[in-house]
Amino acid sequence: MLVPISWLRDFVDMDIPVELLAERLTLAGLEVAQIRYIGVPQQHLPDLRQPTSDHLVWERDKLLLGRICEVRAHPNADRLVLAMVDYGADELEQCVTGAPNLFPYKDQGFINPPIWSAFAQEGATVWDGHSDKPRTMILKGRELRGIYNKSMVCSEKELGISDEHEGVIVLEHDDSFAAGRPFADVLGDVVLDIEFTPNLARCLSMIGVAREVAALLDKPMRYPSYDFIAKGAPISEQVALDIREPELNPRFTLTLLRDCQVKPSPFWLQHRLKLIGQRPRNNIVDITNYITFELGQPLHAFDYDELQKRAGGLPTIITRLPQPGEKLETLDDVLRELGDDSILVADTAGALALGGVMGGGETEISDKTRNVLLEAAAWNNISIRKTIREQRIHTEASTRFSRGVHPSQAILGGSRGIELMRQLGGGTVAQGLLDAYPKPPPAVTVELPIARVNKLLGMEVSLDQAADVLRRLEFAVHIDGEVIQATAPDHRLDISADSVVGQADLLEEIARVIGYDRIPETIMADEMPPQRENAPLLIEERIRDILVGQGLYEVINYRFTSKQTEAQLLPAGAASSLPDANYVTIANPASSERDVLRHTLLGNMLENAVNNARYNKAQQVFELGNVYLQKGDLLPEEPLQLGILLTGARDADWWQGGESPDMDFYDMKGVLESLLHALHIPDFAFQRGTHSSLHPGRSADLLIAGEVAGSFGELHPQVAQRVKLTAAKVIIGEIAVAPMIKQARRLHDIVPLPTQPAVLEDIALVVRADLPASEVEAVIRQAGGPLLKDVALFDIYTGDPIPPGKKSLAYALTYQDETRTLTDKNAARIRKKIIGAARHRLNAELRA
Amino acid sequence: MDKSIDDIRGEALDSLAAIIENEALAEWRSQYVGRRGAVAMLFRNIGSLPAEERAAFGKQVNALRGELEGAFDERAALIESQRLARDLESDEIDITLPAQPRRRGGLHPSTRTHREFQQIWADMGFQVYRSREVEADDFNFTLLNLPPHHPARDMQDTFYTSDPRVLLRTHTSPGQIRAMRELGDAGSKPIRVILPGMCYRQEQVTARSEIQFTQVEGLAIGRNIRMSDLKGTIAEFAKRMYQPDARVRFRASYFPFTEPSMEVDVECFLCGGEGCRVCKYSGWLEIAGSGMVHPDVLRNGGYDPAEWSGFAFGMGPERITMLKHGIQDIRYFWGNDLRFLRQF
Repeated sequence: MLVPISWLRDFVDMDIPVELLAERLTLAGLEVAQIRYIGVPQQHLPDLRQPTSDHLVWERDKLLLGRICEVRAHPNADRLVLAMVDYGADELEQCVTGAPNLFPYKDQGFINPPIWSAFAQEGATVWDGHSDKPRTMILKGRELRGIYNKSMVCSEKELGISDEHEGVIVLEHDDSFAAGRPFADVLGDVVLDIEFTPNLARCLSMIGVAREVAALLDKPMRYPSYDFIAKGAPISEQVALDIREPELNPRFTLTLLRDCQVKPSPFWLQHRLKLIGQRPRNNIVDITNYITFELGQPLHAFDYDELQKRAGGLPTIITRLPQPGEKLETLDDVLRELGDDSILVADTAGALALGGVMGGGETEISDKTRNVLLEAAAWNNISIRKTIREQRIHTEASTRFSRGVHPSQAILGGSRGIELMRQLGGGTVAQGLLDAYPKPPPAVTVELPIARVNKLLGMEVSLDQAADVLRRLEFAVHIDGEVIQATAPDHRLDISADSVVGQADLLEEIARVIGYDRIPETIMADEMPPQRENAPLLIEERIRDILVGQGLYEVINYRFTSKQTEAQLLPAGAASSLPDANYVTIANPASSERDVLRHTLLGNMLENAVNNARYNKAQQVFELGNVYLQKGDLLPEEPLQLGILLTGARDADWWQGGESPDMDFYDMKGVLESLLHALHIPDFAFQRGTHSSLHPGRSADLLIAGEVAGSFGELHPQVAQRVKLTAAKVIIGEIAVAPMIKQARRLHDIVPLPTQPAVLEDIALVVRADLPASEVEAVIRQAGGPLLKDVALFDIYTGDPIPPGKKSLAYALTYQDETRTLTDKNAARIRKKIIGAARHRLNAELRA
Repeated sequence: MDKSIDDIRGEALDSLAAIIENEALAEWRSQYVGRRGAVAMLFRNIGSLPAEERAAFGKQVNALRGELEGAFDERAALIESQRLARDLESDEIDITLPAQPRRRGGLHPSTRTHREFQQIWADMGFQVYRSREVEADDFNFTLLNLPPHHPARDMQDTFYTSDPRVLLRTHTSPGQIRAMRELGDAGSKPIRVILPGMCYRQEQVTARSEIQFTQVEGLAIGRNIRMSDLKGTIAEFAKRMYQPDARVRFRASYFPFTEPSMEVDVECFLCGGEGCRVCKYSGWLEIAGSGMVHPDVLRNGGYDPAEWSGFAFGMGPERITMLKHGIQDIRYFWGNDLRFLRQF
């Protein structure tokens, strides 16, 4: 909300620079997002940083308040006139101007009552009114169609007030005006752009902000008069009221003005509305807006004659819920279907307005309106919220009512509104104010022991100091011993009647007005909860470190995906290996590609791989992240998964290196084995893969403690084709993290370093070509017994002289006894056993 | 006698000084100190001397031999060191050629920042408590003092699921309720936890905003937790996270689940508080929302707010990472471009 300092000054005096005021407001919770200067200089205070404003500062000796005494015709130009300006000098200054709003005064002689404008002398700096881009210029004397001219009367654009350049600024007479006053003293201003958090509903007006200023600066508030002069027939004889939903409409008041004139508002009112970004319309509508912004109480004006016409006599204003299928055409020319919850202002003929949100077209104020019925009401904020959500309209009224306006404000707004309308539009106000108030909110009194303030703030606040702050905020304060009894003022709905919550509410008020900066910074003295190690987190972080140590980069993907993306992972006709669960489906997705939460990490990781393939010869990445499995419960399971993707050259290009082979299944197996070893998970194994997204012959399942924990291997060629990752083999895998966390040993014994020499020897066995290497190794190890310490496969050979259908596996064997030195004889015995077992159980031949 | 001892010494030393390589050196050695060398010849001649001169002559010849052998060793060492120097010179490689590439790997920048957070908070006694991402509306809103239709629900654009009771958490705060209920033992035990994790908001994805982002929430509950503790604790965090003399300021603000509530600003570490584009010339950067846990939230966590109090805060690691590394586009985080990830 835009808040002109000039308007705030109606209600409170401020004796600190506006920049400091903005800082104080910001620290107290009314965040000043921007300061806009109009004509006056920005002040730079020490210790206060702010962006430098590039506004126009009105020179005090060159931009003056000038009285336009007479407008004469230009002798050589129909579209120019000569304004004769009194700016305090001995003689009038003649300014050539094309301002259309001065033409009505042309050749009318001396203008009275006086009109005033901004007069710029030669040498003054103003904005260039004719330029599309913001550009300043210095006023110089020159001839305009034969008349020498060295000064001018200015438009709002030339002054930097607004973009208005249709005419010059024209102020109505004010008794305080004197020709030649610096114009900065007349319309110079500073406008604060304040952002309000939802709890600050009470501050959404000039008076609301002024109250905060008054409390912060400890200044008295100056309220406007809420009296109105009423000489007409009593309103109760001219309109009736019927509230049918007191919960939704706790108060409704009406005032009536007869025989007024709808016309443009005076300059001061238009100017204020324009300063806060509102477009002036006519005096009646402008006043409803003005009160909305001055007091925070939205008003709505009806054309009374239209109501009478509809009623065929005395109108009755009814507030009620819509009837099924009821419609209303609102001021914005939209025919709206009304939801069940939208409270309406209606009459006997039908709906008139969306209560608290927007009026209807039929009864709106027009140029022909003579009699104005003015509504000032209170509405249930939740009901208003439902309506604005349903109808998707936001108005200044609905903004306020949806956050909560105290019903006490209605009578103030109605009174002040109708009096201003009388003053600016003429006519006679009907006596009395029709006030239906079925649901007054209870007064809230909170008891706050001062000890609680000190305990919770961690600072000594005296009883008097706390009471003083609350009084400054207009609480009615009574001190009872060490307890403050504070009754909330009737513009506030945010103080809770719950004793503890109410205390917190007051505490916040006390703290923020005293200033959060005054609260000390302390170290917690309270009992420290026991510090326990978070094993799952430690192991997760360990997994990350191990994989990074192996040269992998961590990725973090969107948790969102689409069913189509994940369906792509499934080759035609295959049974899915993805988790058997429903998807968590987003009701309002950001896009159709991200409308469910993922079941697998693979989909997003393949997307990464496609993107990265453009710039990278090799990719080695992993992700540790949740998948979301909607099963029977309300909330899905969120198991943590580890995804790994390897693709491209095993070794990076180098000037000494040759062509590197691409990474394959065995790279991934190596990554996983070293991960599992580093985590000290002893019990793991691999078996032929079953995951449908992987190449059936080049993939494996990883078993941890006998259970399948995940799968890895070459991406199924059909899937690779689909996702367009065919340049190099993609090796991908996904493993559940929970089994790793469960099986990772935090403690493990080491093997003592051997003291006896080892005997090393190689054997090569010729076996069936399709015999898994793991079976051969198992037989060797079993036959070798405890003295066989290590078995390492170092060569696989097929081809001549190995017969077709066979392969030769060459192993390096290590024999060692911890207690004695093995002899060749000992070794030969073990070797014999191994060869015998291999021959017997694997039908293996020793390769010559 | 053909040559005197002195003649031999002079001749030998002169010729040695001219030798620059090993073969000539070996030749010199056999010529002078070898079995048939000049010195050996002098010994052979010893018999032809008168008996009384033999002892003195022998001594002189021995001295000569010692001297020549010493000179030989010296010369040999010199030649060897010159040879080594030549060899080393010829072994020289171009050290400016590209290195053998090693595969390095790296953590995601978000993980790095989270670790930094966790370390600092762990030092202050805050342990990590993790909580689910797909949440019940109750936990994300209602139990945090945001009942249906509360105006503050507008502050967050929520991803709802097909079940209207379920949503993607918009902040890590629902973890507050879960932590209190799980660790508080029916409101009888103090708590100090941080709640890191992924959150979601239905926003337009731009360089400045994402639909998915991480948060770190902190929660301290005790019988004597004060607002001054909140200030002191966050100020301490800022000193560790930013710079040892970081200034911090606290502004009144509003969050439904805390009261009093405040925003925390740290002096802009990019401009030292002088004002720059990043801090919008204010000298301050917003780093956290915080406040004293609202009595209703304490109640919903099982605590009696008349006896117990607490503070909570929430921070955005991505923003901090962006500031620290000059990252202009938040979309880099989940884009997983290796060219970005390799820079950490």
